[in-house]
Amino acid sequence: MSSDLDVFVGNTTLIDEEVYRLWLDGHSVAEAVARRLRGGVLEREGTSVAVLQSDTRDHYRTFQMLERLLHAPPRLLQQLLFQIPPERQALLVQRYYAFDEALARELLGKKLSKGTKKELDEVSARTGVGIRSCRRQFDNFKRVFKAVEELRGPLAENIQQLFLLPPALARDYAAIVFFANSRFETGKRRLQFLSFGDFAACAQSMMAHWSQGALAPEAAEPDGDLPKSFLQDLKELKVLVSDKDLLDQHKSLVCSALRGKISVYNELEANFKALSRALVNVGGKLTHARDVRDFFVDLVEKVIEPCRSDKWSPGDLRLFLTHYTAAPRNLPGFRHQALWERYMAAISACLLRMYHD
Amino acid sequence: MPGKLKVKIVAGRHLPVMDRASDLTDAFVEVKFGNTTFKTDVYPKSLNPQWNSEWFKFEVDDEELQDEPLQITVLDHDTYSANDAIGKVYIDIDPLLYSEAATVISGWFPIYDTIHGIRGEINVVVKVDLFNDLNRFRQSSCGVKFFCTTSIPKCYRAVVIHGFVEELVVNEDPEYQWIDRIRTPRASNEARQRLISLMSGELQRKIGLKVLEMRGNAVVGYLQCFDLEGESGLVVRAIGTACTLDKLSNTSAFLPACNSPSKEMKEIPFNEDPNPNTYSSGPSTPLKNQTYSFSPSKSYSRQSSSSDTDLSLTPKTGMGSGSAGKEGGPFKTLLRQQTQSALEQREFPFFTLTTFPPGFLLHVGGVVSARSVKLLDRIHNPAFVGIMGNTRSYKLLDWNSFNSDEPETRDAWWAEIRQEIKSHAKALGCHAVVGYSESTSICEEVCILSASGTAAVLNPRFLQDGTMEGCLEQRIEEASPPGCGFCHIPYDELNMPFPAHLTYCYNCRKQKVPDVLFTTIDLPVEAIVVGKGCLIQARLCRLKKKAQAEANATSISNLLPFMEYEVHTQLMNKLKLRGMNALFGLRIQITVGENMLMGLASATGVYLAALPTPGGIQIAGKTPNDGTYEQHISHMQKKINDTIAKNKELYEINPPELPEEIIGSPIPEPRQRSRLLRSQSESSDEVTELDLSHGKKDAFVLEIDDTDAMEDVHSLLTDVPPPSGFYSCNTEIMPGINNWTPEIQMFTAVRVSRLSNINPTNQTLNKNFNDLCENLLKSLYFKLRSMVPCCLCHVNFTVALPEDELVQIAVTAVAITYDKNQALQANKAPTEKSQQRASTDNEEQLQFPLELSSDPLSSQPFSPAKEALEGASSHTGIPAAQRATSVDYSSFADRCNSWIELIKLKAQTIRRGSIKTTTSLEKASPLAEGYLRHRSVPSGTNSTVSVVKMTPLSFLPGAKITKYLGIINMFFIRETTSLREEGGVSGFLHAFIAEVFAMVRAHVAALGGNAVVSYIMKQCVFMENPNKNQAQCLINVSGDAVIFVRESELEVLPAPPPAAAAQPAGSAGDVTT
Repeated sequence: MSSDLDVFVGNTTLIDEEVYRLWLDGHSVAEAVARRLRGGVLEREGTSVAVLQSDTRDHYRTFQMLERLLHAPPRLLQQLLFQIPPERQALLVQRYYAFDEALARELLGKKLSKGTKKELDEVSARTGVGIRSCRRQFDNFKRVFKAVEELRGPLAENIQQLFLLPPALARDYAAIVFFANSRFETGKRRLQFLSFGDFAACAQSMMAHWSQGALAPEAAEPDGDLPKSFLQDLKELKVLVSDKDLLDQHKSLVCSALRGKISVYNELEANFKALSRALVNVGGKLTHARDVRDFFVDLVEKVIEPCRSDKWSPGDLRLFLTHYTAAPRNLPGFRHQALWERYMAAISACLLRMYHD
Repeated sequence: MPGKLKVKIVAGRHLPVMDRASDLTDAFVEVKFGNTTFKTDVYPKSLNPQWNSEWFKFEVDDEELQDEPLQITVLDHDTYSANDAIGKVYIDIDPLLYSEAATVISGWFPIYDTIHGIRGEINVVVKVDLFNDLNRFRQSSCGVKFFCTTSIPKCYRAVVIHGFVEELVVNEDPEYQWIDRIRTPRASNEARQRLISLMSGELQRKIGLKVLEMRGNAVVGYLQCFDLEGESGLVVRAIGTACTLDKLSNTSAFLPACNSPSKEMKEIPFNEDPNPNTYSSGPSTPLKNQTYSFSPSKSYSRQSSSSDTDLSLTPKTGMGSGSAGKEGGPFKTLLRQQTQSALEQREFPFFTLTTFPPGFLLHVGGVVSARSVKLLDRIHNPAFVGIMGNTRSYKLLDWNSFNSDEPETRDAWWAEIRQEIKSHAKALGCHAVVGYSESTSICEEVCILSASGTAAVLNPRFLQDGTMEGCLEQRIEEASPPGCGFCHIPYDELNMPFPAHLTYCYNCRKQKVPDVLFTTIDLPVEAIVVGKGCLIQARLCRLKKKAQAEANATSISNLLPFMEYEVHTQLMNKLKLRGMNALFGLRIQITVGENMLMGLASATGVYLAALPTPGGIQIAGKTPNDGTYEQHISHMQKKINDTIAKNKELYEINPPELPEEIIGSPIPEPRQRSRLLRSQSESSDEVTELDLSHGKKDAFVLEIDDTDAMEDVHSLLTDVPPPSGFYSCNTEIMPGINNWTPEIQMFTAVRVSRLSNINPTNQTLNKNFNDLCENLLKSLYFKLRSMVPCCLCHVNFTVALPEDELVQIAVTAVAITYDKNQALQANKAPTEKSQQRASTDNEEQLQFPLELSSDPLSSQPFSPAKEALEGASSHTGIPAAQRATSVDYSSFADRCNSWIELIKLKAQTIRRGSIKTTTSLEKASPLAEGYLRHRSVPSGTNSTVSVVKMTPLSFLPGAKITKYLGIINMFFIRETTSLREEGGVSGFLHAFIAEVFAMVRAHVAALGGNAVVSYIMKQCVFMENPNKNQAQCLINVSGDAVIFVRESELEVLPAPPPAAAAQPAGSAGDVTT
């Protein structure tokens, strides 16, 4: 005797967290049942496989119906179809939008397009995240991206409002959107040591210090785009390296401040000009989309790797960056102090975050 | 023109995209009431339109207000082609028509389309201004309150309980009209929804009129049902109990119901019935004379069958009620006469209530039921058929010109059945029927009408005989000891209407009680119960040949008595297997399909302290010479005994020990003997086998003489008890659990299974059906495991046979978590007792703890014998078993015979085509005192959450209902032509049920309520055509919208003024918006 139709509907929608997990991970009903069996639920509850199958199917159907609403979480709060206590709603949304960092790392800086979606098979194989789950997460990224692309104001707050995500998660999404928007290169071999968290932190620093929202919250341009005028202005900073006097004075100011305070003083003295050139030029290139892609590559190649080979400690780097940023204040004839500090605040934060093995 | 209906359309949200090009919608709204329609402006290019319309005003008379639903249609404006409908909202404005209920309906309603389901929401405000003089209009019955709840609603007091009201309305089903061939499925579904809505309104209005005639002001236990008779039409029928209710000014005050007769009571001598002599055979004169205006020739032998029945039962009836007087003394006679006279004025002394004010129910006789098989294609008035020439062409005519004739036939059918119920009740010495309900099962042109209830003797105090109030009150106390009075038999011991074993009540020892009691009502609160209760189901399938028309009806009628008998036997066995002695909330459904009949009986078993301890179940074999067979039998016997012992432990059935004196009391001789003998053997596992020959009066014997019986025994043992932490019952209250938490979960589960056997037999079908039910229960337990410890209450199974080989089971119930710690405390006493017993006695004695402890003396002298017997049985076992067999079989046969005689009687009444079968089962019994349900109040959940609770119960644990907002009665159709795309049948139905819940909740919230109580899904008709990728489903639900306040909040606000009470709900509604 086979059951053609088998449904269970509660006035309060039942959500089984374990099954939700399995569903999110992209398992089929059969796989989910197998996993639950392995979890020993049968022994615990003394029930039968048929019951487990029926239960799993019920939950899967519920989740499929809920999925449409999860695409626009505020609708989940307003809808009348499922009666779900608020804390459960929050849980549903949070789990739905949570992502695997390995996957997000792979996708950082890539265009969230159909083409990328087609490559998910490989990404899935590399990261060990199920392909269905990969697609769902990719769609989440893309959905969030589309939703906030045109919006003004702080990215993370917009995301938090539109998708009802917890602040931390909303910030991570903001980073993903930021990367997707600016298309930073993150896939190069020499960048492999950087985790999603590193990049997310960098993105947050960059948005915090560089975006229009950082200066005027009601700014005209979306947060994800770095303001053109700011990038344009960065060219002015080149004077720090192109003007030989300024460069020398800058060096002596920094060196005198650091003498005896860092262990790699000699290396610093030897490399100052190269470092300074690298640091300033990275900013100068940001106006060209093609060069923007190389932002992180440049930082790693021209700053982090030399420091690392000279065995700078993170403390050394921090000290150096502090003084390096502060010194131009005392440079006669340098009129871009505010711009410089705004620029260096983000660069320093990025470097410090990225400076590890 | 006594009323003005005002409607304002505020806004919409989440509308579907209707214009692919722009991904937007140009929405506007049509508001229709009666024949008047208003439109809002088009709100262009938005999925969240803000119409903020003016107030649309409809000036209508109150009859229209009651009948018509407000119809709101959301459309997409299209300049070049017809406007596309997005969906509709039907709003029943009835709750606005009585002053105490809601004053405004305001909130977000799901926009519903029968093809697409819910498509966005619309915010609407509805008000009604009523003119004051409307009570002069007798066509309307504004002001009569309706309650689905089958008890007196919590914030009211019953001044008078007037009695039974019923009505039915018939129309042609739009689905079968000729026009259906050319219109769209959507139009057809909407026509049906609207028609049923209209018919329910009309029905409710007509019932209201009857209530006003009886000078009542409310209908309690209102049950409205649809019969989809296909070609022959659509019947909407309703029954209820008319009452005069008084609102308790202070809801926390407890008013003793017998306070003072209200003014009204005196004003209302009930003299409407022109013919008080309703006991004459044949149809009695109904209130509405035209009901019976058909000519007898039209009906099949209706007259003769009902009078046959009456004749057969009348002698018993006379004796029954006459001799009851002797027994009870002169006063009792007087009481009875008075009550009777009060009730005799009524055509049908029926009550749809299942719970009663204290003191209302004096005695319970047992279950009475009647069934009748009818052919639908013959219902038409001959004159009507004559005009048409053939039965198919009537569809071309305006149905309305004929339907005035139509209800007569249906009325007559039901009148006939009710008459029968009434005579059965009389046979039990009862003058009233409580817990009364009616149902139908239709398959093609055959329809089984069923009615059942519990025969009872009532206290006339509530039945508007205000004059005798004083004297009765005193007498009642004498007449019925608290807690067991209702168990005492109302019929005469010497002329029992059926075989039963009477004993003196184990509680008061003054009156006789039966050994087992079956009822359709809830457990009276005052009943003394031992241990906990449990859900007991009897399940049965019977194959039937496919046949046409009368042949079909005849074969069904022939099967019915046997099914009833078997269902009864199963219930009895399962009851004993659990060591219990009474069933409450019994509901037997017989469902007819193309090639089979299915019977499903559900009830809650309990151990009533007033009734005797049930005997065990003994198995007897017929071929005693076969050694292995014997072994097998004794093995089974052991299994059964083990099960009983386990169940007693599980349900905590440790009846109090009987004091010595019981032995000295005048117990009938045979009974005493058996008790002695039983106690003698009780320490042995084989006990029941040993004392078979003597214990026959108590023991229930299963004879295994063929494989059938073997199956039966097996099936008995396959019922798996619920997993630990779960209890279940189909009544409102679970005896033995009294500390509910506010955590509840109402649910509906539906399963459709295919019986795949190629050559099905009754046995395989039974097994399949049984597995289906058991698996369904198992899966419920699993799903709700997070609520443990919990109890499934009001478990309601509905079986349908949608087509060949398909069985559909729908279950609605509520799971309520209870507090285990408190439970332990509450049960400490019994537990301790049982522990004590366990330590002094051995486990095997658990089976008869009662006899054991009470008869220490008698067991002593027998101890040598006991050993001997034990030895004998364990080594050979044969003689004992053999002896047992013969003797017990005869007692079993006795029951059988009398049963069969009864059936024969019925069978004589069968005539071609129209057949009627009736059976009365009954048993009577016990009571007890203040088993007060004390709902604990773990204070709870914050009230800011806009939650609408739903429950099939009449109360919410840990909460107080402060206001009833009106009845919810909704009917929906959903259809799809893309079944696969919507997730197959399961996906389709899952979504639909969720949508129905959502619409119910939205309506309740719009009324300002925060819960639905007495919720019931009355119909769930599912049809599929997978080949065409189509499916259709009809669902009908009802319940009472209420405002409740958590008891914990009440404590903070000692006397919440009505406004304060309404506020949480109001804010809840707002949150939803």
